[in-house]
Amino acid sequence: MLECRKLRKTFSGFVATNDVSLTVETRSITAVIGPNGAGKSTLFNVITGHLEPDSGEVILEGRNITAVPPHKLCGMGIARSFQRTNIFSKLTVFENIQAAFIAHGGKGLDMWGVSERQFRDETWQMIEQLALQDIAHAIAGEISHGAQKQVELGIALAGKPRMLLLDEPTAGMSAQETHESIQLLARIAKEQGLTLLFTEHDMEVVFSIADKIAVLHQGAIIATGLPDEVRRNAEVRRVYLGGGKH
Amino acid sequence: MTSAVLPRRIPWTLVLFLILALIPALGSRYYTFLATDIVIFAMFATSLNLLLGVTGLVPFGHAAYFGVGAYVCAIFMKDLGLPFLLAWLLGGVGGALFAAIFGFFCVRLTSVYFSMLTMAFAQIVWAICFKWNDVTGGEQGYPNVPMPSMAWLDWIPWVGDLKIDHKFFYLTLLLAALSIAAMRRIVHSPFGRMLTAIRDNTERTQFIGINVRLYQLIVFSLAGGFAGLAGGLFGIFNRGVFPDFCYWPKSAEVLIMTILGGIHNFWGPSVGAAIIILLNQYIVSHTEYWPFVLGVILLVLLFAFPGGVVGALNGLARRVRALVRGQA
Repeated sequence: MLECRKLRKTFSGFVATNDVSLTVETRSITAVIGPNGAGKSTLFNVITGHLEPDSGEVILEGRNITAVPPHKLCGMGIARSFQRTNIFSKLTVFENIQAAFIAHGGKGLDMWGVSERQFRDETWQMIEQLALQDIAHAIAGEISHGAQKQVELGIALAGKPRMLLLDEPTAGMSAQETHESIQLLARIAKEQGLTLLFTEHDMEVVFSIADKIAVLHQGAIIATGLPDEVRRNAEVRRVYLGGGKH
Repeated sequence: MTSAVLPRRIPWTLVLFLILALIPALGSRYYTFLATDIVIFAMFATSLNLLLGVTGLVPFGHAAYFGVGAYVCAIFMKDLGLPFLLAWLLGGVGGALFAAIFGFFCVRLTSVYFSMLTMAFAQIVWAICFKWNDVTGGEQGYPNVPMPSMAWLDWIPWVGDLKIDHKFFYLTLLLAALSIAAMRRIVHSPFGRMLTAIRDNTERTQFIGINVRLYQLIVFSLAGGFAGLAGGLFGIFNRGVFPDFCYWPKSAEVLIMTILGGIHNFWGPSVGAAIIILLNQYIVSHTEYWPFVLGVILLVLLFAFPGGVVGALNGLARRVRALVRGQA
């Protein structure tokens, strides 16, 4: 579904992603792992048009989408979340998800309707799915970090994307929250037939749900494959897993 | 919003409208004069707040569109003999059109650069109005703007017998109320929600599929249009249009009104407009140090009540309620 061809991005001489090539199969769950600073977020920002690569291409279902602006990418069925939680912090949880529905439903330019009445049922459904009912009317910026991540997931899912890119969806969550949230993600992805690409620095998190894992180290992919293959890969064990830890 | 201060279920806006409608009954041309001034500036400041409070853009040149609207309306009425309503609407179209052209460039910049560019464009408008003698009357201004015909008011008992100033107040009140109602509708529409989303988090808004620049340009044009409508009324009220309608102190004045009243409440700018105009009248009659007094007010306000007057009142009401609930 998505293919990255030799993506290269440098920041004043520093090579953040070094000719990264990666293929994501339709309806698969692919994880990009690597230690902090490996270039995961840069790769994501290049894929989603936030940054323009120095060279290389991003292909979505045969179409070149390199450096296509974010709002257009959204219309092609790609949704993303951010590593640093990125929600509408002054709106309520309900309004956050409702806003996403309004935007995706093409109602954004409606100046005569009443925003509160738009997509109420859809919004509630999403809120229930994410178990956010109790805090639906809380200001999103004031709820727990884990819940904010869920809100962000809700915003992304409201667009009924075919592909979801999540940049460290469990960053800053407790072990319990991480576990729950990853299970939820896997369930939603399967139910809705989503293609999921996500980054993660905690390797254990991804083994349970990923179909395929790519390991990024110092801007380059050093291994790709099934979770077990990656786990056994000597190079990966050396640079990432710290030798005999696993 | 307003409900934090006032009990619900009473149509406060209607009450306010009716109270304002009684002002000419006081029989004082001075009060009616002040009320007309306030209503026009409430409309102007509310249009600014579509950008400032709602979308999170800070324009330093909003007076440009106020001025354009004033000139267009006046010129169409006097030189071309168009009926008032048509000329007035064209003034709004003029404001919106200029805002769309300038906005096209402005929304490409962010934060302070956006602000500076809006100011630069406003200064260009001012310079043209100041120099283009054949059309705008240049430095001398464009005097003797005719009063609209208000014969249609004559069938209403009592109102029909009023002096023209009072009648013009009713016309202004009606048109401003309609304009403000339209702006309120926009703020609460799905489009308005998208604007709030842009203010809150521009990056995220792009990722829910919104073309942020386009939305900013649309609201910039709308705000320009409403400013133009306010300007059209002001030109008639003032019986003349002058280049200083577009000059930067006018932009600053409306910005101060908006911030003073409170940018996070729909009625904040209107309250701010009323306070500034009334204070100005009161203080100017007692001292010549109005700018000094204004400066002090702003200092106190910005440090003590960053949410503006309405924001402070809302906060107070919330505390009182919490106190009452605590005792119960």
